[in-house]
Amino acid sequence: MINSYLPVLVILLVSAFIGLAIIVLSTVLARRNPTPVKLMPYECGMDPIGGARRRFSVRFFVMGMLFIVFDIELIFLFPWTTVYDKLHFFGFVEMLVFVLILLVGLVYVWKKGALEWE
Amino acid sequence: MEHIIKPILIIVGVLLVLLTLAAGLIWVERRLLGLWQDRYGPNRVGPLGLMQVLADMIKIFTKEDWIPPFADKWVFVLAPAIIMVAVLLSFAVIPFAPEIFVVNLNVGLLFVLAMSSLSVYSIALAGWSSENKYSLIGGLRAAAQMVSYEVFMGLSLMGVVMLAGSFNLRDIVEAQKDIWFCIPQLPGFLIFFIAGLAETRRIPFDLPEAENELVAGFHTEYSGMKFGMFFVGEYLGIILISALTVVLFFGGWLGPVLPPVLWFFVKTFFFICMFILVRATFPRLRYDQLMAFGWKVMLPVSLLNLVVVGTVILAGGF
Repeated sequence: MINSYLPVLVILLVSAFIGLAIIVLSTVLARRNPTPVKLMPYECGMDPIGGARRRFSVRFFVMGMLFIVFDIELIFLFPWTTVYDKLHFFGFVEMLVFVLILLVGLVYVWKKGALEWE
Repeated sequence: MEHIIKPILIIVGVLLVLLTLAAGLIWVERRLLGLWQDRYGPNRVGPLGLMQVLADMIKIFTKEDWIPPFADKWVFVLAPAIIMVAVLLSFAVIPFAPEIFVVNLNVGLLFVLAMSSLSVYSIALAGWSSENKYSLIGGLRAAAQMVSYEVFMGLSLMGVVMLAGSFNLRDIVEAQKDIWFCIPQLPGFLIFFIAGLAETRRIPFDLPEAENELVAGFHTEYSGMKFGMFFVGEYLGIILISALTVVLFFGGWLGPVLPPVLWFFVKTFFFICMFILVRATFPRLRYDQLMAFGWKVMLPVSLLNLVVVGTVILAGGF
């Protein structure tokens, strides 16, 4: 079992090596000629106003939470799909109930306005 | 000895072919865009402009490689490598032909989904570590967009798994001997393709790097080959989504007369061209439209698709 994951490890090492090699190569080959203006954060040609560590829209956070909720529900569906043909009617009804609960959750989120970007 | 050398040869071969293809795709995309937009595209360097790729590579390696003094250095340097490694890893389970594959996992499809979703880290970290407002907004947009569309991507593949009864990608291809899954699973295919466009941040969904509002989005502060690696990652992502579409919905290597590998490449190339055609055709969405479309249309439709497939299988349809 573990043996079958060995090629995955090899491909991970090889691709990580390629990635690092490109980074090192570009560091070696590239020229450097810094000027004070070049060292500023880019902001359409003018001096930057304030830093980048500022508040951002809370919507992104809501999206993250929604993703976790729905993705975990998805994980419960994955094993069910593989044994579907053995569960017959029982499995089907169970899935219907599960999807219904998911839909109720989606409608609730929708009505609460969590999906709106204003 | 042979059982050690052959897998290593395949791994090295697959990686080399993929990286060459990813570089070559830049030329293919520019030529096809030129064709569809009624202009030439690159045609000066070498025959048909093919050497343009090589020239661009030499240029990009010798460009000034600057690490911003205000950036989070280690994260900034490593972020472009993460996307390449994550996408290359997902190719480990793709069966190119009955004999050509890196590894045959029984959880193949889950592995692909898991690995391809790691690339969101690369984008979010790149945007965050640059300490630039445009990068931050681009990275945030990319993260929210990619995690949202991942949900539907997973859901749209459930129908295929139910029809094949397995997560093993080889079994899924074998199960399509009689009929390609794009016919019984047409909604699943459409949802998967749209989600794939969003996952690779291609044009109708390229909000993270929308150049007229965010300069270059999450890679604003990147230059030289680090910038190039994001592009290699993007093109590898396109190849990955196209290859997955072929494996899951269009019978993988199955086809008459021609050798299986060739069939696989022809089909994959067709979907790569579709990606480029979509870019040549569609305008960019607004961000609220993008998110609303995902959660309010794609999610209910993919759930409905799941229920319909379940009903039909139960009724003995497939």
